[in-house]
Amino acid sequence: METLTLLSWAFDVTLGLTLMWLAWRALASEDLFKGIVLFIAFGLLMALAWVRLDAPDIALAEAAIGAGLTGALLLGALAKLEAGAESRSRRSEILPRPADKTKVFSGLLVFLLLALVVMLVYAIVKLPPLASGLSAQVAENITASGVSNPVTATLLNFRAYDTLLEMAVLLLAVLGIRSLAVVQEPRGREPGAVLDMLSHLLVPLLILVSGYLLWVGSYAAGGAFQAGAVLAATGVLLLLTGWLPGAWFVGWPLRFLLIFGLAVFVAVTLVLQLFGASFLEFPPSLAGSLILLIEVAAALSIGVTLTALFLGGRPQPEPPSSGRAEKRNTSGTQPS
Amino acid sequence: MDAVYLAVALFLLLTLVAGLWRVLRGPTAADRMLAAQLFGTTAVACVLLLAQLYQRPSLRDVALVFALLAAVAAVAFVRRAWREKS
Amino acid sequence: MSFTDILTVLLLLAGASFFLAGTVGLLRFPDVYTRLHALTKADNLGLGLMLAGLALQAESWTVVARLLLIWVLILLASSSVAHLVVRTAQQKGIRPWKR
Repeated sequence: METLTLLSWAFDVTLGLTLMWLAWRALASEDLFKGIVLFIAFGLLMALAWVRLDAPDIALAEAAIGAGLTGALLLGALAKLEAGAESRSRRSEILPRPADKTKVFSGLLVFLLLALVVMLVYAIVKLPPLASGLSAQVAENITASGVSNPVTATLLNFRAYDTLLEMAVLLLAVLGIRSLAVVQEPRGREPGAVLDMLSHLLVPLLILVSGYLLWVGSYAAGGAFQAGAVLAATGVLLLLTGWLPGAWFVGWPLRFLLIFGLAVFVAVTLVLQLFGASFLEFPPSLAGSLILLIEVAAALSIGVTLTALFLGGRPQPEPPSSGRAEKRNTSGTQPS
Repeated sequence: MDAVYLAVALFLLLTLVAGLWRVLRGPTAADRMLAAQLFGTTAVACVLLLAQLYQRPSLRDVALVFALLAAVAAVAFVRRAWREKS
Repeated sequence: MSFTDILTVLLLLAGASFFLAGTVGLLRFPDVYTRLHALTKADNLGLGLMLAGLALQAESWTVVARLLLIWVLILLASSSVAHLVVRTAQQKGIRPWKR
């Protein structure tokens, strides 16, 4: 027993210190690529930390998002940044930002951050001294929630607005990105036999596991967000192999999929309100099926939304004009 | 037995920390990415050891997700973000 | 300690030694091609031996199947990534180390 506590202590201290060091190096690294790899390592260790804290649901989300998806997302963003920087410097279009404007901006930023710090400190000071948490209340009411996993019960029933607003945030993010950026897919490189085979084997499994996580979420670790993240990884893999052309991410089918989760969620609550329930209240007899319905829609939407985020903008609708053609050569791939 | 699982997990964590030196040092982007690939495998082993230690079957799903997504970041690197300054 | 426990400990230690070897190789080998060579040993054998050790302790066959699936997935990922990285490294003109 003695060695066990000593060992867990050593494990936790190593994990905690490494995490803090990684966070600092990932943010402070001048080489952006190095920063991204450190961030991927951070995601892996963060998932381990959640495992140590006995929070398998969050560990699962962190494993899917932090270690797998964010890495790909950041690497894609880096490729775009560099392509943009190269084409700008080639056309010598780098405009120095007016100094006074930057000063005002950073002053405002510092002010806002200070205000946030003051608010957070205030919130901490105002915390009741001995908060026992809400797990007892959740355990008491779990039978009325329709599921037996307390995390899913909390996220989709007791505090359903959490999930609702989270999905709204994701939708807003993808809307913002698609209104700001036009992307051109790097083309001209075949995935090659090995990547082809890898995707052939992985894609069906990824979809299967996504469904499994969705289903298992009602009684064990899992749920819509984890399932959506795995689905998004499938989408990212398909985009990277080129099997799923980015040009498909347009039009009504896409819009439908993007809002599907949110729409089903809102529709369910509105219909229930017509029958006299209060906002986001599910009747216990129906709650299980309603949660499953909402989660299926949410997972689909989250998957498509995150894939669209990886794409990083609206796909270029028509063949590129002469001004764009120059940019394409620098878009991250190498003509070999 | 429990002490053995935890000791091996701690040992794996320490090898991961040692491997971070390669990420810092490089020199090529490929070296850094390969180190991250090894970290992924190390994390899978760690999670499975902890799953056995705590008798928590749902932790094996965490390892499964790690294993499924192990290739995604590296594929993104090879297909999109590879550049060499040297 | 039963016989199974001893076997598990031995397998875990063997797996850990491959992880150690992989890390030493990652730190000490001179170029990306040789480092890759070290890494794949940790992925294949290190994880394989560890999961074999854990499978001996498994409470049911479904757990064994799941461990096997995880190992096969890691094998698939690491070998594909190794191939992709090395092929691209060659195309980018990274020269193999020569004494």
